[in-house]
Amino acid sequence: MACKEAEMADNLGTSPDEVQFRFRDDEPVDHGTVTVDAALDQTNATAVRIEPGDDARALLPFLERLALVEVNFPAFGDGRGYSSARILREAGYVGELRAVGDVLIDQLNHMRRCGFDSFAPDNRLDEEDALRAFATWDNVYQRAADPGQSGRRTIAEQRHEA
Amino acid sequence: MYQYDQYDQAMVDARVEEFRDQARRRLEGKLTEDQFKPLRLMNGLYLQLHAYMLRVAIPYGTLNARQMETLADIAEKYDRGYGHFTTRQNIQYNWIKLEDAADILADLAKVEMHAIQTSGNCIRNISSDHFAGAAADEVVDPRPYAELLRQWSSFHPEFTYLPRKFKIAVIASANDRAAMRLHDIGIRIVSREGKIGAEFYAGGGMGRTPMIAPMIRDFVPLDQLITYAEAALRVYNRYGRRDNKYKARIKILVHELGAAEYTRQVEEEFAHMLSVGVEPPLAELERIRTHFSDPAFVDGPKTIDRSNPDFALWVDRNTHRHKHDAHVSAVISLKPVGGIPGDATADQMRLVARLAKQYSFDELRVMHTQNLLLPHVRIADLHALWSALDAAGLGAPNTDTIEDIIACPGLDYCSLANARSIPLAQRISERFAQAGRTEVVGELKLKISGCINACGHHHAGHIGILGVDKKGTENYQLSLGGSEAEDVSLAKITGPGFDEDGVIAAVEKVTDVYLATRADGERFLDTYRRIGMEPFKEALYG
Repeated sequence: MACKEAEMADNLGTSPDEVQFRFRDDEPVDHGTVTVDAALDQTNATAVRIEPGDDARALLPFLERLALVEVNFPAFGDGRGYSSARILREAGYVGELRAVGDVLIDQLNHMRRCGFDSFAPDNRLDEEDALRAFATWDNVYQRAADPGQSGRRTIAEQRHEA
Repeated sequence: MYQYDQYDQAMVDARVEEFRDQARRRLEGKLTEDQFKPLRLMNGLYLQLHAYMLRVAIPYGTLNARQMETLADIAEKYDRGYGHFTTRQNIQYNWIKLEDAADILADLAKVEMHAIQTSGNCIRNISSDHFAGAAADEVVDPRPYAELLRQWSSFHPEFTYLPRKFKIAVIASANDRAAMRLHDIGIRIVSREGKIGAEFYAGGGMGRTPMIAPMIRDFVPLDQLITYAEAALRVYNRYGRRDNKYKARIKILVHELGAAEYTRQVEEEFAHMLSVGVEPPLAELERIRTHFSDPAFVDGPKTIDRSNPDFALWVDRNTHRHKHDAHVSAVISLKPVGGIPGDATADQMRLVARLAKQYSFDELRVMHTQNLLLPHVRIADLHALWSALDAAGLGAPNTDTIEDIIACPGLDYCSLANARSIPLAQRISERFAQAGRTEVVGELKLKISGCINACGHHHAGHIGILGVDKKGTENYQLSLGGSEAEDVSLAKITGPGFDEDGVIAAVEKVTDVYLATRADGERFLDTYRRIGMEPFKEALYG
């Protein structure tokens, strides 16, 4: 099974052309992704695609060699991918984390806060609406995987700064 | 009570603008109804049988007079002059236009209110003990913890698309007045060896598969409260079922895994989460707590003049012991005989707001029983308060009696309902009031749901009634023996259902059995627990 999926690897995943928003300066990975199962078998895979039912923690032993993790949202209402993203960031993953699939305007902000730094929606989003969505909140209540060197200061932290 | 600072205000203001923009994109056709639906739901906007319904959050059921006045204004300006208080301490308006919704949210934001996450598959408004901060039996005021959780759960980036809705209740007393163990997560603040911490319960709920939440942790230290909640939610978000919406609540996950295995997974995630640093600084809890300091209670008389029997009955039925002995908490019944449970007109809301200012340190509560409460009333002021309430039709002395019925909106409003709930509640309260049986029967919690989703809490009623559709006609199943309190239990069905007249007669019959068999001091529930179902079945079907 793993072998068959590996052969299909070229067809899996999004290409850099399909990425509509990217918050990184490095060169994007220019080859396809493999499934989580395949990544566990292939010691040289650098790009992986996580489906909603996959356990993101299965990737933790290989994080250093990964340059791209795609998290698929087959339907926007399935929120498992938000946990997958945070788990990877909490484990120190610094590569590209791409939200793909049924990615809509009103999910962008939360996805960004969970550590996604690139977005390849199935249907291209209105640029203006999307940029407004990314900037919805000046402040946040929770500590999550917000972008920034040591994360974003939460409202509670700002309230109690010396 | 809690007051917004500039951060809290900016958050609700941003939310209003976000929703305005979403509504615009919907109207411009950039969002399909399927895409818009979860967004409007997360702002409390449901599409019902006749119109949109807007559910406004009243965090842990606490509000002040100005906020209540705004709720009255909204009822008049955008609805038909009334609102409906709910079992989760919120208020619903049943006749809202979509194009008004953003303006209503803006009106709410001006008085530090919102409709955030009052629906949708996210963490809902946090509920609590309606006597919080007033009850003589509480360990501490539970509301600061509820407020901490409110902030944590508002716009949580990871938990906005959960498998299903998620309800949290926080109490801090051995006496449970918030149906805590019938919530997805129930938290009881406790004191152990001089330290305050939290018991966590998970996987309770009503609906089509009622479950009582098992305890998953007997003590979470205060500086790990949010971290523990985060761990419990993450396990649910990752492993809660998404294949079937009727099996998607956390109660099914906890049941299928077993409480021990769910707990093990939460503990593992918790151990990891502790290293992530998601906990707000403890100083934040202290800051919130300062907002809930006691009002300036003053000594005064501790007894009332009982020469007016109507007043004396109201005091006996509708007031609750306060931690300061010259005060009580006073229930304002929204269950007038023959009325719609939980409904209040704009004028009534304004009167209650005025009375709160005059007699209760500008504080009001919404109770999960769909009544209102003035938490801190001087015993010396009780007669004046009662006189004002009675004159406005708000003086029904029926707390926890058979007239104090919880009922869902049912087929009169709700698109999910199979049967009407409201007319049944009206007829039952009329029947018992007219026969003079209400006081004779005493404490009897009757709860009516118009469909299997159990919004009327019928599983937790001493007597529960469930409306079903039987070959196109409304049919009502009777159940007995439920409780949402510290003696929590799930009601059991008596047998075949009844039509509307039949179920009213059936309620009378089971109270006959109770009156004929009760021992001294027994409530209906106690008698049922002692003698079991059989005598009731015999009376109903024998």
